[in-house]
Amino acid sequence: MKILVCISKTPDTTAKIAFTDNNTKFASDGVQWIINPYDEWYALVRAIELKEAAADTVIHLITVATADSEPIIRKALALGGDEAIRVNADSHDSFYIASQIAAIAKEGAYDIIFTGKETIDYNGSSIAGMVAELLDMPYISLATKFDIAGTEATINREIEGGEETDKVALPVVVSCQKGVAEQRIPNMKGIMGARTKPLKVVEPAAVEALTSITSFDLPPAKAGVKLISADTPEELVRLLHDEAKVI
Amino acid sequence: MSVLIFIDQADGQIKKSSLEAAAYGAKVAEQSGTSAEAIVLGNITDDLTSLGKYGIKKVHTVKDSKLNSLDAQLFTKVIAQAATTTGATVIVLSNNFAGKSVAPRLSVKLKAGLVSGAIALPDTTKGFVVKKSVFSGKAFANIAINTPIKIISLSPNSYSFTAGTGSAEVADFAATIDAPKVQVTATNKVTGEIPLSEAELVVSGGRGLKGPENWGIVLDLAKALGAATACSRPVADADWRPHHEHVGQTGLAIAPNLYIAIGISGAIQHLAGVNRSKVIVVINKDPEAPFFKAADYGIVGDAFEVVPKITAAVKKLKGI
Ligand SMILES: Cc1cc2nc3c(=O)[nH]c(=O)nc-3n(C[C@H](O)[C@H](O)[C@H](O)COP(=O)(O)OP(=O)(O)OC[C@H]3O[C@@H](n4cnc5c(N)ncnc54)[C@H](O)[C@@H]3O)c2cc1C
Repeated sequence: MKILVCISKTPDTTAKIAFTDNNTKFASDGVQWIINPYDEWYALVRAIELKEAAADTVIHLITVATADSEPIIRKALALGGDEAIRVNADSHDSFYIASQIAAIAKEGAYDIIFTGKETIDYNGSSIAGMVAELLDMPYISLATKFDIAGTEATINREIEGGEETDKVALPVVVSCQKGVAEQRIPNMKGIMGARTKPLKVVEPAAVEALTSITSFDLPPAKAGVKLISADTPEELVRLLHDEAKVI
Repeated sequence: MSVLIFIDQADGQIKKSSLEAAAYGAKVAEQSGTSAEAIVLGNITDDLTSLGKYGIKKVHTVKDSKLNSLDAQLFTKVIAQAATTTGATVIVLSNNFAGKSVAPRLSVKLKAGLVSGAIALPDTTKGFVVKKSVFSGKAFANIAINTPIKIISLSPNSYSFTAGTGSAEVADFAATIDAPKVQVTATNKVTGEIPLSEAELVVSGGRGLKGPENWGIVLDLAKALGAATACSRPVADADWRPHHEHVGQTGLAIAPNLYIAIGISGAIQHLAGVNRSKVIVVINKDPEAPFFKAADYGIVGDAFEVVPKITAAVKKLKGI
């Protein structure tokens, strides 16, 4: 069994969001970077669990990013995974990134390609579906449970107000969210071992981006909270009805 | 030329998020002087001519039971055929669960740039630029689509629309349909409740409610309002509430018209999932709770005393 896990780096969940260069670039100075939580907690951990259950499983990690993402890749390797591939490119276009991943995946003949459900910075939720289409593989989005028996996967995915159980033959692309696995903390042995695991750097394939970011905006500041006394909660209902007009 | 809207269904009924996509797509068509057409897959019990009320001129249906449940690969092939036949230059989908599966595939298949989770109409004064929310609701990005065909998946509850009058022409669309690769063996969803992702009103509870046995006050208020219920992450983690109610950075991101937070502190990761709500009400006994900074209305007080009184006032207002 060969598994490819897609890893992305994102600003920490508490990072201050600001922009430079006339609001065209994310202000990354002083930002703490983490592995995108969905990639780390669910996609990667589920891959590790599958390897723990079947020792001949091979896990490769892939990221499409510049060299400054290497600490993040090492951290992912410390959790688990046999080797990592970094495609040396810097892009925010999902199609460009997906094409790089698909090019590597084609050579690797993976049975399962895992991603997180989305990155917490660009919130695209698009890479996995694009990779699947590029490879002509089925794609199950927003999985909450993933099991395999032989060459068939049973996957729960989120739908409006609940879940659906899907069965699909491998190979498959799956985007993972809560439920698929439980978050783990890397241990010392993992951290030491990660230092010597192979991290291959490859140059990107020539692909044209389909979109480009023209600018960023910040949401307008809130006017400030209107406090209502706990003795007159009915006043809140009146305001929601007459002033905010939402009920 | 046309704007093609993918209309998504569950159990033969059109999803509300797809009606929103229809109205949005019709507006895009009006902006660009083309006509709005829709593609509907699977067997539908709803009256499709009524899509005319949302500005759709023509509905293409593919009534094949293989399309009753989602197989994104299959759906993509059929929608792509319809896009080619109708000469679509813009394709609109809801960024709901089906949309998240289909839109990226369609983008690859048609080599058409995708903006997923759009929150406004495209700006066509300079190219074709679509605004979406990024950094988990903490900012917006304006994204130019640079391909002849453009795909927009619309974030649910982002475009306000009302039904007008009008009737759409409905015609069968002959498509080549492969054998599905995905077999749906079970669905498990709440019935008779409003799905959180589509709800206009949401009542949410946090750890301040102390335990699952106290959720009655949240459910009563939600029922009186006709609202969906949500919760903070620790509440779902402790299994006080089902996981699909978890909102925030690592849960569902929602944008209802009204979000009432009860006993939730307002951690940055929680706000990331709810900060696009139009009106936020916070009920918390701690006046220093960070959530008040993000709120429009607030009550500093004990939820167990305050919430039942709010419920009573809502019932009185509605005469129930
Ligand atoms: C990477 C990461 C991702 C995360 N993702 C999410 C996420 O997606 N969603 C999420 O919610 N959290 C998330 N969290 C957790 C988040 O940081 C907070 O810990 C969590 O939101 C707190 O939940 P809470 O507000 O219910 O509980 P608490 O922070 O414990 O707050 C309880 C509140 O209830 C109030 N209270 C107590 N008793 C009463 C009473 N009788 N009446 C009224 N008020 C009362 C208290 O004053 C307090 O403000 C994430 C954290 C990390 C690190």
